[in-house]
Amino acid sequence: MPIAGGTELMVQYGAGKLGARKLVSLWGLPELRSIESSEHDVLIGAGCTYTDLRNDPVVAQQFPLLARAAAWTGSIANQNRGTLGGNIVNGSPAADSLPALMVYEAELLLASSRGTRRMPYVDFHTGYKQNNLAADEIIRAIALQPRFAAYYSYTRKVGTRNAQAIAKLCLAGLGKISGNRIEDVRLAIGSMAVTPVRLRKTEEILLGRPWSAALISEARQALEAEVAPIDDIRSTALYRLHVAGNLLQEFLEGLFA
Amino acid sequence: MSKREVSFTVNGAAHTVSVYPMERLLDVLRCKLGLTGTKEGCGEGECGSCSVLMNGELVNSCLVPVLQAEGATIGTIEGLAGESGLHPVQQAFLKCGGAQCGICTPGMVMATVHLLGHTPAPTMEQVREGLGGNLCRCTGYTRIFNAVLEAAGSQK
Repeated sequence: MPIAGGTELMVQYGAGKLGARKLVSLWGLPELRSIESSEHDVLIGAGCTYTDLRNDPVVAQQFPLLARAAAWTGSIANQNRGTLGGNIVNGSPAADSLPALMVYEAELLLASSRGTRRMPYVDFHTGYKQNNLAADEIIRAIALQPRFAAYYSYTRKVGTRNAQAIAKLCLAGLGKISGNRIEDVRLAIGSMAVTPVRLRKTEEILLGRPWSAALISEARQALEAEVAPIDDIRSTALYRLHVAGNLLQEFLEGLFA
Repeated sequence: MSKREVSFTVNGAAHTVSVYPMERLLDVLRCKLGLTGTKEGCGEGECGSCSVLMNGELVNSCLVPVLQAEGATIGTIEGLAGESGLHPVQQAFLKCGGAQCGICTPGMVMATVHLLGHTPAPTMEQVREGLGGNLCRCTGYTRIFNAVLEAAGSQK
């Protein structure tokens, strides 16, 4: 099993809960630690830390939701060690950066000795901490298309404390208004279900619609019908549903403002 | 897993230690090098008591497998005071009463050194963020934050 910054695996290892007996350190590999712009993509090396994401001017300009999620992940010490690739593979439903990757429609570059393949990030998680990574693969990079800079972007994490606290809920949204109607919208939510989820049915309700009070309640109902909220130590399913609706409403109010 | 040699610099002194690769940097500092100023609180990266600087970056040493410290420059609380006395951050904690039981204090001081290295004149919000990963169960934080602002002022 590969180990990068160790912010997750060292905890499991210390508790005797890490199944893997052989570990390979990926920390300090420069090939995994760069952020490069090509013609179509911005390629973020999977070994980039949250601090790297916070400090990168292209991420700040093109992908502000990711920069903000990086800024409220863990603490400064965790941001200096935790990596975006590690966050994806670990696949916690509460991971702060994952809803942002979903709304930006990230693609993953998965590398093995057999070559490299691309996979839409939205297809990566298959269940609670389960994913489509083959045993001999690592995430090489995360590819993002820099075409959302003109979108209204919104993200909010609800937790008990800014630093360190794991989210009770995190919503990321991108939207674009044209002629008073919603021309494009993308929504994803973390800490709601067993994986981060894209809210496609809620998006469908919103597309092409102008502002109205009815729209808000229709969208809230669609969201409630679409997700399977979890009960856990951090929050209840009922609380999550209600707050998710509030965040959706706040997103829409900002979008139409 | 067998032991191997790992070499790094701690507070300016070169060390080579014979360790298991997955040993925690925290344990190597405390048990192999006798640098017990770095504390263990939670052992899960939540409390910041074990904060050290690794290549200039603040890290939780309980989450660093020692093999990843190969070639690194490490700074711990023991390296701050010089011949002329305490480091300005330590002076400020003393002056402002920024310590009670003391378990969090080395980590608080290291996080402050890291913060002021990046942000020499922080706002209160930046102080709160910079020390957000360091938990204190005694002080209520106010005197710690005052100490950080005092240290920033004394460094101008």
